[in-house]
Amino acid sequence: MPRRLALRLIQALVVLIVLSFVIYGLIGLMPGDPIDLLAAGSPTMTSEDVARLKAVYGVGTPLVPRYLHWLGAALSGDLGYSRLTGLTVWRTLGGPLGHTMALMITGLALAQLFALPLGLAAALRERRALDHGLNLAAFACLSLPTFWVSLILIMGFAVGLRWLPASGVEDPGGGGLGDRIVHLVLPVAALAIASFGHYLRYMRAAAIESLRADWVRTARAKGASWTRVAFGHVLRNAMAPVVTLLGLDLGTLFSGVVVTETVFAYPGMGKLIYDAVINNDYNLALAALMLATTTTLIGSILADLAYAALDPRVRFQ
Amino acid sequence: MIAGTIAAHPALIRFGVHRPALAGFIVLVLLVGTALAAPFIEWAVGVDATAIDLGAMLSGPSAAHPLGTDQVGRDLLARVLRGGQVSLGVGLLTALVAAAIGTALGLAAGYLGGAVDAFLMRFTDGVIALPLLPLLIVLGALDPAKLGLAPDAFKSEIGGLARIVVIIALVGWTTVARLVRAATLTVRVQDYVRSAEAMGARPSHIILRHVLPNVVSPLIVATTLSIGNIVLLESALSFLGLGVQPPMPSWGNMLTAALEQMSSNPALAIWPGAMIFVTVLAFNLVGDGLQQALDPRAVRRI
Repeated sequence: MPRRLALRLIQALVVLIVLSFVIYGLIGLMPGDPIDLLAAGSPTMTSEDVARLKAVYGVGTPLVPRYLHWLGAALSGDLGYSRLTGLTVWRTLGGPLGHTMALMITGLALAQLFALPLGLAAALRERRALDHGLNLAAFACLSLPTFWVSLILIMGFAVGLRWLPASGVEDPGGGGLGDRIVHLVLPVAALAIASFGHYLRYMRAAAIESLRADWVRTARAKGASWTRVAFGHVLRNAMAPVVTLLGLDLGTLFSGVVVTETVFAYPGMGKLIYDAVINNDYNLALAALMLATTTTLIGSILADLAYAALDPRVRFQ
Repeated sequence: MIAGTIAAHPALIRFGVHRPALAGFIVLVLLVGTALAAPFIEWAVGVDATAIDLGAMLSGPSAAHPLGTDQVGRDLLARVLRGGQVSLGVGLLTALVAAAIGTALGLAAGYLGGAVDAFLMRFTDGVIALPLLPLLIVLGALDPAKLGLAPDAFKSEIGGLARIVVIIALVGWTTVARLVRAATLTVRVQDYVRSAEAMGARPSHIILRHVLPNVVSPLIVATTLSIGNIVLLESALSFLGLGVQPPMPSWGNMLTAALEQMSSNPALAIWPGAMIFVTVLAFNLVGDGLQQALDPRAVRRI
């Protein structure tokens, strides 16, 4: 297992370095010159600095030395300044990262809370009315455009009923924890609806697979009750593929977060990436995209580890 | 005789008895039919997608405007129809381009094997590791001048649509590539392929006669299921202002405007979103039905 983990980490590192080059190249193709933008966002830079940097690292110079310069600085912890906020990229990323974590974790947890038991229920009633109904509901959820769900939620609960706030993380002037929770309700609901369908279908498929296994028949033959078989055996076995997909899905979740945060004006990573790209904030866009990519890669490694932890057969291979 | 054989094909029967899939298929036929007939419908109802009427801004449903009007008095029904042409057209075209890229890379990886396979599959893993929508936002913001194109290359209608098709296809081929590679690997080692190789068949012959017919089913399923996702991605991009550019309507960019008119005319936010939902749901149901119908393991269920 340690060997396997080490191998995965090395692979992920190589992929990350290659992807950082790709992302750096793409960001450089956005309008404007990164050095001009860098200078605009950096208060300590003189015009001589700008001229010198442009000669060496401007858009006109070859990509590879420019990239290596960025990589060197990034590895030593210097991601430069954000043009949008005027602060260092590190400080700009801090707040949004926390907000997005809160949104993602609650959204995912809420989706799982409904999807896992309902997926199991659908599998136990395979090809009956309940299964068909849940399957259709799952398809409906994964066919809903997230930004439209967000819009409808705002129209219903914020503009119409006036129960919940439509945007932001807290009231102007800052409320307490309760105020922050109230602001999370609608974005979390939108995100949970966006992921619910996928997880229900994963869970259903995994549970059906488990139910066909010989040991289910054995357990039943030995007199174990259906509930015991369903929760003690099938659920645990079906969890392994579902957890794996949870890890692999972090990238997909980021897409949902971008849309949800933009509609709800929720200042997290998704909105940050969008704002950075729209405003040609090279340094910030680069760092935020790298962070999203790293998260996705870490998710897939965690998925591997969780799979091994839940399925002993993998550990001994 | 032939008609009878086709009608009685087991896969077709399995698809036919899968009621959600059949319903999805009927909805799709209606949607595509309506999109194609949009100019006739506009003419018959007497509405125009581009006519601005500031006197009738944000009006509710009426005889002249069956669904009401938008923020500059354009007819909503006509806009939804035109938006459907754009969204469906982009979705179908992108799915085909992505499937073509995926098939080519999957065939190359599976058939050539070795270092080519290892490189292409690591490359595929890398693309999958990229966060999709953030990446599309960056691709949507690229400067045409820096890509060696005319500065206003994306401003024209065709250029703008081509841009969306290309950027979504560039990230949407991975599933097909993996499927085709897996199928190619399986077919390659079959005895009949080996004997064909021993008899001197060229790679092109092996691929066209033996490999491709074996990947058609999974290819059709994956492509159908991908159309729904592509329609969702295009609408999200257009909603964020990086996809289809106004004044050309798409269901996504119509919702951007609706965001500001939420309290004055909610219908603006309801119709385009409902159309996206129905379209994507129909494609997903048909894809699911095809998967069950074409999956050989499904045979025993009937």
